[in-house]
Amino acid sequence: MDPITTHTGRAVALRRSDVDTDQIIPAVYLKRVTRTGFEDGLFAAWRADPEFVLNRPESAGATVLVAGPNFGTGSSREHAVWALRDHGFRVVVSSGFADIFRGNAGKGGLVTAQVRQRDVDDLWDAIDADPKVEVTVDLAGRTVTWGDRAVGFEIDDYTRWRLMQGLDDVDLTLRHVSDVQVFESQRPSWLPVTR
Amino acid sequence: MARTLAEKVWESHVVRRAPGEPDLLYIDLHLVHEVTSPQAFDGLRLAGRPVRRPDLTLATEDHNVPTLDIDLPIADPVSRTQVETLRRNCAEFDVPLHSLGDEEQGIVHVVGPQLGLTQPGMTVVCGDSHTSTHGAFGALAFGIGTSEVEHVLATQTLPLRPFKTMAVTIEGDLAAGVTAKDVILAVIAEIGTGGGQGYVIEYRGSAVKAMSMEARMTMCNMSIEAGARAGMVAPDETTYEFLKGRPRAPRDPDWDTAVQTWERLRSDNDAHFDREVVIDVAGLTPYVTWGTNPAQGAPLWSRVPDPATFADDNERAAGYRALDYMGLRPGTPLRDIEVDTVFLGSCTNGRIEDLRAAAAVIRGRQVTEGVRMLVVPGSVRVRLAAEDEGLDVVFKEAGAEWRNAGCSMCLGMNPDQLAPGERSASTSNRNFEGRQGKGGRTHLVSPQVAAATAVVGRLASPADLESTRG
Repeated sequence: MDPITTHTGRAVALRRSDVDTDQIIPAVYLKRVTRTGFEDGLFAAWRADPEFVLNRPESAGATVLVAGPNFGTGSSREHAVWALRDHGFRVVVSSGFADIFRGNAGKGGLVTAQVRQRDVDDLWDAIDADPKVEVTVDLAGRTVTWGDRAVGFEIDDYTRWRLMQGLDDVDLTLRHVSDVQVFESQRPSWLPVTR
Repeated sequence: MARTLAEKVWESHVVRRAPGEPDLLYIDLHLVHEVTSPQAFDGLRLAGRPVRRPDLTLATEDHNVPTLDIDLPIADPVSRTQVETLRRNCAEFDVPLHSLGDEEQGIVHVVGPQLGLTQPGMTVVCGDSHTSTHGAFGALAFGIGTSEVEHVLATQTLPLRPFKTMAVTIEGDLAAGVTAKDVILAVIAEIGTGGGQGYVIEYRGSAVKAMSMEARMTMCNMSIEAGARAGMVAPDETTYEFLKGRPRAPRDPDWDTAVQTWERLRSDNDAHFDREVVIDVAGLTPYVTWGTNPAQGAPLWSRVPDPATFADDNERAAGYRALDYMGLRPGTPLRDIEVDTVFLGSCTNGRIEDLRAAAAVIRGRQVTEGVRMLVVPGSVRVRLAAEDEGLDVVFKEAGAEWRNAGCSMCLGMNPDQLAPGERSASTSNRNFEGRQGKGGRTHLVSPQVAAATAVVGRLASPADLESTRG
């Protein structure tokens, strides 16, 4: 995973709440067995509408998605993160994220910056006023900045550290494999096995 | 210190705890299906890692599998490739797999409990958000993403951020024809689709105590629809009764030891919950959804609400969007809504008790003309048990289609889908836009309401059916 400390890019205002994973990527796109190539599934149903915000010319090349509360609600599909990344998004700004989505984003190098809804409202207005406005998300300082505005965002310390270091969880855990062995030696023998 | 049930299970699985790091938790059972695992197995291959505990891992084929002609090769080549990839991965990594055609095949969340693999106090994960189902046994069970699937395959552990605890106390006797599905839809409408974010919910109270394991599974299953990480019910005699004698449940002399351990899995009397919600269900009536998220629900006797009356700006906007998508107008009685399709099945309501309840309503009646009803058992075992009881005949004589086991129309990854604009009454868990097929419109309902709706052709409860029995 590439380390990320700060990111600057143009943003898309997705003025919707409860954006669920079935909208981010419908189930029919989940049949692939690869980890990339999910861009065509991103918001597939909504993109059929020519007026959908991602279809507007000014949205081309944007890397920051700004959405309403409870973004990523629904299924555990990490494909939602892969689709956003494949499209070019590096950051989602929202006033609330579903837990599993947020966890997946942290594994897939997608920054989830949680701000207050009124900051989301202001950022939406700023993007609508000037679609070229540059938004900077600084993981070190935990700030989202546009124009002369800077607001703080929430992200847990550990995910932030991993994103900034670009670290792989499995490698980190395997450093402690002896702890796992000790735990396993103490598990009750009557616990079930699958064969 | 007094602790909640969830905290007890968490504490007993901590492999490693270090300042500034998430706890590393041991995973007792890892369930796997074809959709969220291929990239995880790929990751193992790339790194040259084995599956650490194939004996604590179990795979089944459920999301993509057809429910007709299952003896033929899967017609959709992309679905077929995904299922074949799972078979190759399980063979290569020595993971037990219940394939299409196998008597233990079915929806992963139906298969685990029916084998007795899901037991109180365990940690259970799966690359599927409805893993919360297994919490009905007093297990800490939650859905994970594919990167986490790879992590569990490689290490049998997960680094996890702490959660908050919520007690949802459900008191009162459920009226006849009112089910766990109605209860959980009412709970979600109360706390909202994001209301459970960051929480593990413990369901308690007299109504929960009186529920069967199937009903508790239905309720815990939809915890994720309130945004919660997991839902749990403390184990009791109902739990032990369900487990005893199942293939993977403890046997004598271990059984008594296991029960003694399980008996301690209760929230202490003075345990602190971060949030407490109390719901009285004595007056609850069948509940259905009118919108495009599971919190947009209302009692069946009521009307489609007017979003203009919603106080919150986002909820109002979401309400208008939902009505537009669903093709509904404010003020329309919910009972006037006509459906094209009825789907009975899924990890929410695809167990034997659900099929029995629906069959009791539809026995001797007919699915009304112009409506198709799909009955999809949650597993092959459920299908066989239903056939033993003659339920298949009841459904077929009523004009419903009796299918093979799988996730089916819950999410339409197989050919069982709604056509654009089609409307369903569905016993599944999500009414998101396009969930059951592009442009499809979903109303979430209980098995009893599904059966009554199939007979009437409009959203209906069994009480609406008097005198329709032929």
